[in-house]
Amino acid sequence: MTHRGSRVLHVGSLARVEGEGALHLSVHDGAVTDARLRIYEPPRFFEAFLRGRVYTEPPDITARVCGICPVAYQLSACAAIEDACHVTVDPALRELRRLLYCGEWIESQTLHIYLLHAPDFLGCDGAVELARTARAHVERGLRLKQAGNAVLELLGGRAIHPVNVRLGGFHRTPTRHELKPLAEQLKRAADDAWQTVSWVAGFDFPDAETDADLFALAAPGTYAIETGTPAVLRADGTLSTFPLHAFLDRVHEEHLPHSTALHSTLDGRRHLTGSLARFAISGRWLSRTAVEAARAAGLGDPYEGVACRNPFRSILVRAVEVVYAVDEALRIIDTYEPPRHPHTEVPPVAGTGHGATEAPRGLLYHRYLLDSEGAVADACLVPPTAQNQGAIEDDLRRIAQAAIDEHDASDEELTRLCERAIRNHDPCISCSTHFLDLTIERT
Amino acid sequence: MSPPTLAVFKLASCDGCQLTLLDCEDELLGLSGQVEIAHFLEASSAVRPGPYDLTLVEGSVTTPADAERVHEIRAASRHLVTIGACATAGGIQALRDFADVEEFSRTVYARPDYIDTLATSTPVSAHVDVDFELRGCPVDRRQLLEVITAYLAGRKPDIPNNSVCFECKRRGTVCVTVAHGTPCLGPVTHAGCGAICPAYGRGCYGCFGPSGSVNLPALIPVLHRDGMDDRDAERFLHTFNTAAFEKELRR
Repeated sequence: MTHRGSRVLHVGSLARVEGEGALHLSVHDGAVTDARLRIYEPPRFFEAFLRGRVYTEPPDITARVCGICPVAYQLSACAAIEDACHVTVDPALRELRRLLYCGEWIESQTLHIYLLHAPDFLGCDGAVELARTARAHVERGLRLKQAGNAVLELLGGRAIHPVNVRLGGFHRTPTRHELKPLAEQLKRAADDAWQTVSWVAGFDFPDAETDADLFALAAPGTYAIETGTPAVLRADGTLSTFPLHAFLDRVHEEHLPHSTALHSTLDGRRHLTGSLARFAISGRWLSRTAVEAARAAGLGDPYEGVACRNPFRSILVRAVEVVYAVDEALRIIDTYEPPRHPHTEVPPVAGTGHGATEAPRGLLYHRYLLDSEGAVADACLVPPTAQNQGAIEDDLRRIAQAAIDEHDASDEELTRLCERAIRNHDPCISCSTHFLDLTIERT
Repeated sequence: MSPPTLAVFKLASCDGCQLTLLDCEDELLGLSGQVEIAHFLEASSAVRPGPYDLTLVEGSVTTPADAERVHEIRAASRHLVTIGACATAGGIQALRDFADVEEFSRTVYARPDYIDTLATSTPVSAHVDVDFELRGCPVDRRQLLEVITAYLAGRKPDIPNNSVCFECKRRGTVCVTVAHGTPCLGPVTHAGCGAICPAYGRGCYGCFGPSGSVNLPALIPVLHRDGMDDRDAERFLHTFNTAAFEKELRR
């Protein structure tokens, strides 16, 4: 067939992403005229039914937005409600939260690397097919993922929708003795994480570069995970931060007919959250081992504030983040002293609270308006996928156009390439089921 | 003889129950040697058409399109098993059943006219025949493996119908209601999780839905005794299995 003239490519249901989405690409006379990641995940209305619930409930309820990153929802909700109630949580409990979050990072990033993303680089349909030719690699991935799940299970009670998180901390905190076997498992995971970096560093990466602004939390002194200030790194290298309470003044969402997810911009520009943004903004605060891993992977020197803007190479950054999360989990366990109380008391206060944390897929923001009894009057959740969708579509346009310009790529090639471009970000599509009500329609 | 085929489908959900299958790290590769994974979008791009020997369905029916799709899935499946609170009871999104879904839509979306949704979130069994329903928000990994193994062996899954209290006793956990007056749905909630919440010092919040033979109305005075007013008790029951507990209360 000829590749000139008009053609439309359509992938009805994307594989190896979390949730349900489709891809639509229009090419006219060699120019990509339309690229859409269509999200058809049914709406679930979290922001609507959170109204009228009691302020202690959002951590358990919003966990159900996403089975892949429930801790991110639980801890963003806790941060926002504790902010509304003017409560500062005991530092030892904050460390324990970070340990729980490290478990989620290890589990979720490893899932992305081994089960969703690596098969693209190795030309197979999935990890089970990959295991036929590279069983040892897949087994290593499953073992590493299991170590992350072990952290979640011990601290949270279970890996999916943990039950032990509450406002102010935990229902029950572990003893030093209970954490011991976990440390043993994590020490083995440290080897697996390092080998994962070496493995993915050998993959063949297509050329691509995003010019979106990179957006992540910053917490100077540490690699931001469960807390921090929103920071923006523009393509020209300028870095700025803004207070979390200004989040909704800066990040605007727009509702487009082709998707149940909202499209958002940051100060009117496209932005990207997630591993690439975190690495660019907080790379200098990685542990020594993780910095070495980044250098060995060819990502450059994080101490020099290096940024990686090739979305295909996000798998490398993710692997470095797993090295860090394992390292950080071991550090927390090593210095752990059981806190005197499993949680800090959080009495209800009327007001508004903001919370944001770094979900594995990117920055996750929550805002709650509480009345004096602690009932939720209004809730607003802005997940990473809703923020990234514009940048993902821009990737699609750019990558498809480059392939057409370079060698008049066939429909099959373009489809495969675009699917890969989407899986670079693994949009967590389940997260797209709830949105803001602040967009004003003007006619 | 070719191995039996396994399919996994998703309706409105958080992906957590199908993730449970990928969380079977020790068993995943062994299992994939015994079945042919014919349709599992989260795990593989290779998709084969039905019929499938065993189909697992996650999520509830919340859109006109899914109400049709669930019939196609049934028609393509020899055995159909629903996994999780959404697929077996409508899930948390069934809170819309007791509210005005149009108002929900206006609250969440700038352009509710772009949104195509049903007024209810219903379990798969409200639309098609289901061979087995596995409870939980999320399902339990061991129970999920038991269900898959049972169907592969051509037997009925061994999933006890008793309450969380049984699991607490087996685990040796001191009863949080008796010892601390903590409101707990354990006596009326289906077993399966291993009684995690009481082991972590909190009351069961009912994520596995009602157990088979319980007297739910009898628990309400106990919740009142432990400090919950009517609205607290209602919220307690109206969360992850809201429609199922509601049915149980009205029985």
